[in-house]
Amino acid sequence: MAVINTIRAIGHRVVNAVWRIGVAARFFFLTLVYSGNSFRRFHLIVKELFSTGVMSLIIIIVAGLFVGMVLGLQGYETLKRYGSESALGVMVALGLVRELGPVMAALLFASRAGSAMTAEIGLMKATEQISAMEMMAVNPIARIVAPRFWAGVISMPLLAAMFSAVGIFGGYLVGVVNIGVDEGSFWSQMQAAVDFRQDIMNGVIKSLVFGTVVTLIALFEGFDAPPTAEGVSGATTRTVVTSSLAILMLDFVLTAIMFRGA
Amino acid sequence: MERTTLDLWVGMFVVAGVAALVMLAMKVGNLGTYNVSDTYKVHAYFSNIGGLKPKASIRSAGVLVGRVTEISLDTKRYEANVVMSLDKRYQFPKDTFANILTSGLLGEQYIGLMPGGDTEMLKNGDQVKQTQSAMVLEDLISKFMYSKAAEPAK
Repeated sequence: MAVINTIRAIGHRVVNAVWRIGVAARFFFLTLVYSGNSFRRFHLIVKELFSTGVMSLIIIIVAGLFVGMVLGLQGYETLKRYGSESALGVMVALGLVRELGPVMAALLFASRAGSAMTAEIGLMKATEQISAMEMMAVNPIARIVAPRFWAGVISMPLLAAMFSAVGIFGGYLVGVVNIGVDEGSFWSQMQAAVDFRQDIMNGVIKSLVFGTVVTLIALFEGFDAPPTAEGVSGATTRTVVTSSLAILMLDFVLTAIMFRGA
Repeated sequence: MERTTLDLWVGMFVVAGVAALVMLAMKVGNLGTYNVSDTYKVHAYFSNIGGLKPKASIRSAGVLVGRVTEISLDTKRYEANVVMSLDKRYQFPKDTFANILTSGLLGEQYIGLMPGGDTEMLKNGDQVKQTQSAMVLEDLISKFMYSKAAEPAK
C-alpha cells in the first residue's frame, strides 16, 4: 500500500504542476489580449514604469559599477599571465554585454521589482480589492496586470543596457585609471571585438525575454496567491526563487542558440 | 505623486536607458567605426587561408582599410575565394599583392595588401591576382624536416 501511496503522491504533484503551468499560460494569453486597453490609458504604464524602472535605477547602477570593477581586477590578473593586458577591454565588454548585463540586471529586477509586484497584487487579493473591481465590472487583468507587465518588459532592456554601460565604465576605472592599462588599446580592441548585431542586439533580446518571464512569474504568483498573510509571503518567496532559476536556465538556452559557432 | 513629476522621472529613465544603448553601440561596439555604404569589393584566390575568418581585417602598411566579407571554396579551382570589401578612400593598383599574415605569434590572421606599381586601379568586382597563402605550422615543420633529411650526413 505504501508503494501505491507514494506513486499517487508523485502523480498528484505532477498533475498539480501541469495544471499550474496551464493556468499560467492562460493568464499570459489573457494579459496579452487585454493589453490593448492599457496602451490606450498609457499613464497607468507610466506609473508602473516609475515604480519598477526608476526605483530600480540605484541598485542597478551601483551593482553594475562594482561588477565592472571586479571584472577589471580579475581580468587583469588573469590576462597579465599571458601578457595580453590590452585585451582587458574586450573581456570586460563582452562579459557584460553578452552575459552579466542581462542576467545580473534581471536577477536584481526579480528580487527588487518582481517581489514587490507579487506582494502588492497578493495583498490586493487578500483585502478583496480585486473582487471589488470585478463587482464594478472593471477587468482586473486589464487594469492591474497588463500595465505592470508592459512596464516590466519595457524597463528590463533599458536597465540591462545601463548595467552594461556603467559596468564597462567601472572596468575602465579599475583597468585604465587605477592599474594603468593603455587607454587606446582598451577602447580600440573593445570596438574591434564587440559586434553590434552579434553581441549587443543579442544582449537586448536576452533582456527582453528575461523581462517578459520575470514579470509574468511575479504577476502570476501574486494573482494566484492564497488570500492570507502566509499565502502572500509564500508567493513572494516563490517569485524570487522561480524567476531566478528561470533566468539562469533560459540564459543557458539562449546562449547556446545565439553564440554557438560564432 | 504628481502626474507631471512622475512623467519627468519616467522620461529621464527612458532617455538614460536609450543613451546607454547608443553609447554601447557607438563607443563599445563597431557601429560607429565603419560605414558599409562607401566600400568596393574585390576578390582573390588563395590556395590555403589557414585560420582566416569573415570580418577579419585587411591592412595595408598596418592601416585598417577593409574587412573580409565572404569566404567560399571554388570547386573549379579548388582554391579558397575570399571576397574583401575595401574602403572607397583607399585605391590600390591592379598588381597589388595580397598576403595572409598573422598578428603576433599566435594572434588573429588578417590580409595584408602590398601595392604594386600599376597605374590602373582596382575596381569593384576585380580580382587580386597575386596572392600568398597563410603559413601553416605543419607545412613549415615538414619542409624543415625534409631539408634536414636531404642534407648529406657529416
